[in-house]
Amino acid sequence: MIDKISWIAVFPDMVLLAMACVIALLDLGVKSSMRGKTYVLTLLTLAVVAYLQADLALSGKTLYAFGNMVVSDAMGNWLKCFATIAVMVTLVYGRPYAAHRGMLRGGELFTLSIFALLGMSVMISGNNLLVIYMGLELLTLSSYALVALRRDNATATEAAMKYFVLGAMASGFLLYGMSMLYGATGSLDITTMLKAISSGQIRHQVLVFGLVFVVAGLAFKLGAVPFHMWIPDVYQGAPTAITLMIGGAPKLAAFAMTMRLLVEGLLPLALDWQQMLLMLSVGSLLIGNLAAIAQTNVKRMLAFSTISQMGFVLLGVMSGVVTGDSATFTANAYSSAMFYVITYVLTTLASFGILLLLSQEGFESEEIADLAGLNQRSPLYAGVMAVCLLSLAGIPPLVGFYAKLAVLQALVASGQALHLSIAVFAVLMSLVGAFYYLRVIKVMYFDDPITASSVVAPLDVRVVLCINGGLVLVLGLLPGGLLALCGNAIRQMLGT
Amino acid sequence: MGLLSLAIWTPIAFGLVLLALGRDDQARAVRWLALVGALVSFLVTLPLYSQFDTTSAAMQFVENSPWIDRFNVKYHLGVDGISLWFVLLTAFINVVVVIAGWEVITRRVNQYMASFLILSGLMIGVFSTLDGLLFYVFFEATLIPMYLIIGIWGGPNKIYAAFKFFLYTLLGSLLMLIALIFLYTKSGGSFDLATWHAMRLDGRSQTLLFFAFFAAFAVKVPMWPVHTWLPDVHVEAPTGGSAVLAAIMLKLGAYGFLRFSLPIAPDAAHEWAWLMIALSLIAVVYVGLVALVQQDMKKLVAYSSVAHMGFVTLGFFIFLDLGVSGGLVQMIAHGFVSGAMFLSIGVLYDRVHSREIASYGGVVNTMPKFAAFALFFAMANCGLPGTAGFVGEWMVILASVKFNFWIGFAAASALIFGAAYTLWMFKRVYLGPVTNDDVKGLSDIDGREFLMLALLAAAVLWMGVYPKPFTDVMDASVAQLLKHVAISKLN
Repeated sequence: MIDKISWIAVFPDMVLLAMACVIALLDLGVKSSMRGKTYVLTLLTLAVVAYLQADLALSGKTLYAFGNMVVSDAMGNWLKCFATIAVMVTLVYGRPYAAHRGMLRGGELFTLSIFALLGMSVMISGNNLLVIYMGLELLTLSSYALVALRRDNATATEAAMKYFVLGAMASGFLLYGMSMLYGATGSLDITTMLKAISSGQIRHQVLVFGLVFVVAGLAFKLGAVPFHMWIPDVYQGAPTAITLMIGGAPKLAAFAMTMRLLVEGLLPLALDWQQMLLMLSVGSLLIGNLAAIAQTNVKRMLAFSTISQMGFVLLGVMSGVVTGDSATFTANAYSSAMFYVITYVLTTLASFGILLLLSQEGFESEEIADLAGLNQRSPLYAGVMAVCLLSLAGIPPLVGFYAKLAVLQALVASGQALHLSIAVFAVLMSLVGAFYYLRVIKVMYFDDPITASSVVAPLDVRVVLCINGGLVLVLGLLPGGLLALCGNAIRQMLGT
Repeated sequence: MGLLSLAIWTPIAFGLVLLALGRDDQARAVRWLALVGALVSFLVTLPLYSQFDTTSAAMQFVENSPWIDRFNVKYHLGVDGISLWFVLLTAFINVVVVIAGWEVITRRVNQYMASFLILSGLMIGVFSTLDGLLFYVFFEATLIPMYLIIGIWGGPNKIYAAFKFFLYTLLGSLLMLIALIFLYTKSGGSFDLATWHAMRLDGRSQTLLFFAFFAAFAVKVPMWPVHTWLPDVHVEAPTGGSAVLAAIMLKLGAYGFLRFSLPIAPDAAHEWAWLMIALSLIAVVYVGLVALVQQDMKKLVAYSSVAHMGFVTLGFFIFLDLGVSGGLVQMIAHGFVSGAMFLSIGVLYDRVHSREIASYGGVVNTMPKFAAFALFFAMANCGLPGTAGFVGEWMVILASVKFNFWIGFAAASALIFGAAYTLWMFKRVYLGPVTNDDVKGLSDIDGREFLMLALLAAAVLWMGVYPKPFTDVMDASVAQLLKHVAISKLN
């Protein structure tokens, strides 16, 4: 018998599931090349779901549902809400692009996106190793199909193949790690697992052995060095709309999964995983930033930039203090990582939105040189792109600066000399980062355009893009609200 | 909304309106709107001076409201005698720069004007904030408009210059960011400057902090040996960009020394004063000699800026009232004079499109009115008594003689180099017979150029003849600062 609380906790996900099926069926009757009806219905569904999730998050309650298989807390609900909005925005930006490339012959783009989102939701709210894994698989299988959606395109198919092979291997890693943990603790339930580990009865080696595989799986999903090799190829090969679909919202889910597994489940092993994350983040900052310099393809450059940004997220996750009277510091560290991921997704959406906008029919805007003289063609879009890139570079007064500041502050506050030097390393690497972001701005503002044609965009894309770019700036001037939101969510999760 | 908020946000608001509405086919309207914006922005800063209480060393016109609770960052503004004049100077130079760019800029006029308006608001923000993080935000944000100004409207090698400017200064500031976070942690979660000033700090932390701040501010000033970005950037920047850079942006660094390095790490400042004095003297003497051999007028003035800023840092680090006030007066004077020097070069460049000294000769024959202005500014640059350039240098030299005769001697001897390179340039460019057809065809300055140079000339003369309003404002705050710096923060 399923109780009422369980239904409350998963109601938005249920709506999502039901509507995914309804939309898939209704779409059979849609003939238009832009799939207007399917599109509007999908956006409406997502808007309603985002509202429901925000409503749950604002209620501020932590609910456990279905025998502790699923948890609904503020962190999860906010991340789900933002992921839903991110998928919505992705569809708005991506629809004209997809229509021009024959990806809207069927309605799969919309249905698969909703299923991917459902996968993210399950991942985010899973409180059980298998539930989390199931959500992850739903997300990744939908993503493989999305990448391959343009099936007559060789690079897209190649990217799908690479993504599938490497993704399956990473899932294998994760599952193997989970099975080790299950074997050692005797439970798939995260809360029970935590209790078992805290009791100190379980052999450390076995746990660490499982942990290594779990961390490797997580690092793959986040795209941290040395598990990053798929990111540049898939980002570049996939149709740009799909690149955004896999590079945007899923980062929120991957972050939530990291928090659920490492913090909620394996906190007693923090000293072990902190060291692993430290290595991963240092590697990501180094390789991501240095390799990005050499790129001429914007998508590939943004892929390497993602790798370096994820390095910062991991720095935030690893700077939580585990011993002593340090609840505030720990909450600050995790919330800084959460803030980082959210603002990263916000910025990524707008920057890919511009790339999608510039990719007209029969022309892919992929090379950095394709952005040449954008300021003369359209000062507004050049401005949005510049704001995003400067935000990614961490220049105030844009939101990316506060994200970096929060992480660095958490790092320095942990009070270890090693962490101080890592902070210095991280800022030096963001100096390197500033170079390649500035180079794109240089191309947009200082170079002459190759074509004088003005940039045209449908009304919905224009409006959303302006709001998105505006948010990067406004949140830069007034970041307090979102920072407080992240802080409260994390404090509630930690139970302090 | 307080006066300081108005001073910061008025130009930024005008800038945003220009960005949103301006188009190149309405360039005329854009220019007028920009001028109105700059004038209004300047007018709103005037009450700051008229209502300023010169007897008090405390912060005035204070505004304090919460901004980011998570970091306990406050939107905390206020000015004292040290910062007041820079707020006015920034707003004033902004008006001049808008006039200077009037007909010269024809492409994307609205973006050009907006960049300068926004930049001026941000720089006023730097001078008037009392919160460490807010300071950093303003300090860094100034890089964005300047990067665009250099990169879009600059000379042939503008891209190299724009990148060098951005990355060089960013490197310094990032180390300062770590220092700010360190102080935040050390002070138990506060970005408030007054808290940091009052906080005890051990010697090692002070040294680290001192050098982290040094990295940010020395690059900005710029001090020898991290001055190499300045000549490259000045040469490529458009005239207005050079003027703002020399007149205001360099002062951000020197101001940072007074607001951060000295009061937060006084013991380290005393301990490393010898280094700062040595670097300042090298800047004054050696860079003065480098200026002597330049072929390019803008480069020459850029090196001369480095030498003049050397006087400023020299004045700060001998820890005497006269020296610090002298440094501050020198900063303001240099703001007027260097701005004027770059604008004069701009006047020539607009006509001949060359910055080489060798391309000119005998300009006085074809542009007598302009040559008179140029001579006046050249004299001010040498530090002739009766001009602004004299007061600050004189005060710093007096103070350094008091501190140590030989340091004073070295600084004073640099005045000779200053006179040599400035007057030699003047001789080669303006005096003698007309050397080529370009110069023969020159037309004298028009009303707009006359207005812009006259404004600056009036300011230079006023400050040279009657510097009392400037020093009066500073006295109390400088005395208070030195009293604070004299007390050790150790133990």
